[in-house]
Amino acid sequence: MARNPQLNRHGELIHLLSIEGLPAAVLRQILDTAGTFLSVNDREVKKVPLLRGKSIFNLFFENSTRTRTTFEIAAKRLSADVINLDIARSSTAKGESLLDTIANLSAMHADMFVVRHSESGAPYLIAQHCAPHVHVINAGDGRHSHPTQGLLDMYTIRDYKKDFSNLSVAIVGDIVHSRVARSDIHALTTLGVAEIRAVGPKTLVPADLKDMGVRVCHDLAEGIRDADVVIMLRLQNERMSGGMLPSAAEYFKTFGLTPEKLALAKPDAIVMHPGPINRGVEIDSLVADGAQSVILPQVTYGIAVRMAVMSIIAGNVA
Amino acid sequence: MPEPANEPPPDRTKMGLHRSAEHGGLPDERPPGDAEGGSHRSAKHGSYPVTMPQLDAEALYVDLASAVRGLAQPDAALVGIWSGGAWLAERLQRDLQLGSAHGVVSSALHRDDFASRGLTGGADHTQLPFEVNGRHIVLVDDVLYTGRTIRAAINELYDFGRPASVALVVLVDRGGRELPIAASYAAASVAMPPGQRLRLVRDAAGRFSFDVREAA
Repeated sequence: MARNPQLNRHGELIHLLSIEGLPAAVLRQILDTAGTFLSVNDREVKKVPLLRGKSIFNLFFENSTRTRTTFEIAAKRLSADVINLDIARSSTAKGESLLDTIANLSAMHADMFVVRHSESGAPYLIAQHCAPHVHVINAGDGRHSHPTQGLLDMYTIRDYKKDFSNLSVAIVGDIVHSRVARSDIHALTTLGVAEIRAVGPKTLVPADLKDMGVRVCHDLAEGIRDADVVIMLRLQNERMSGGMLPSAAEYFKTFGLTPEKLALAKPDAIVMHPGPINRGVEIDSLVADGAQSVILPQVTYGIAVRMAVMSIIAGNVA
Repeated sequence: MPEPANEPPPDRTKMGLHRSAEHGGLPDERPPGDAEGGSHRSAKHGSYPVTMPQLDAEALYVDLASAVRGLAQPDAALVGIWSGGAWLAERLQRDLQLGSAHGVVSSALHRDDFASRGLTGGADHTQLPFEVNGRHIVLVDDVLYTGRTIRAAINELYDFGRPASVALVVLVDRGGRELPIAASYAAASVAMPPGQRLRLVRDAAGRFSFDVREAA
């Protein structure tokens, strides 16, 4: 049986491409290490020398200021040198293939690539073709995977709820198009959560999602009743124009998280969102800014988690 | 059961603050190269422990405490290096009732072997509940060997501020320095072969002892 390409022959993490196939012990190592870096980020001197002299290339073929910025902050706090590649204006626009781009960057002695791409599997292709000492982190590929988001979501849940085994987690929104939802579902399953519910309209949450081990609900009230954790996903405008939903207002009426709907979950339930939020579309401002919202802590944890991933993989040999 | 020394302890004031292996530690110091059980080097990591009856951690702690009492300035802060040094600093703080609470530093984030060993655990143990700027620090560790842990611990300390001074005290100096680092006081100096690892152990009741074993 082929070894998971993310792990070396000692079972240590050398690339982070997806949550799928990673043992629970590896996920926990990342979460524990992230806790360390959280305290580093609280110090006066928010820098440790672990990746000093390493060159980390941010290859974002899909636009993202938020995720790219948090990766850059994480790398700099580890003392690495960060190079942001503006792909739209780069050689890709001139027709250069992905592997040629990687080969050229490797000739510039890149140590790590952080890649976001609209094609699922692009980071795998890169990991297969780069030199043994080079590491790859998937910052989101197509609809497939967004592993660092999944990990920071797990860190958030663990921080507020401690024990996964008793939890009911509801993921609400456009799940079928969401790489975040997939990573969350894989991570929650691996960490042994009691129940996962996928909540949304039939066009966005098809019944065969239950093959991922989740309970499918097309009614928000039923879906978040007594939930411990509610993860809201952003509703993308394309869904409306693509005919999958009538309108944003209609979506908000049936699946928007308002204080009244949130009251159906457990009283100490936490509300999460990968961001950016669409106020009045998937989530009411009162909830986004309310006491149960942990949306901003997620951002803080995201930096610590990315520092953890980078430092763990940089310290392991292929 | 720790045995009190049968002869009066060596006069440390005459020996000065810088103890070297030459002046020796305890009365019947093991000569270099003689490692009990050394011929049975096991292939397994951390094989059977080797007893070194003359390294009495509790007795050495008593010597350490009286030295720190004499050495530390009134406004000095104790900082223990995780984990053995942290235990010592904790007990010293209690027994000597120095001004502020003691601090703990982990050397994990500033180690010089990250490229070969990767990230080691215990990196989040640094807790410094006082202002480092302008403070006289007494750094405490269990065993001083190559000096690399001390170098990393000082770098960690510097991430928090600029101390007025840093003095190092240890329970055991085992020689083998690879950097120009020296302790102001070591309760014992022993020579040990490079293949052996010396570690402080604390039991459930808080009593110290030493663990010696072949390194992997």
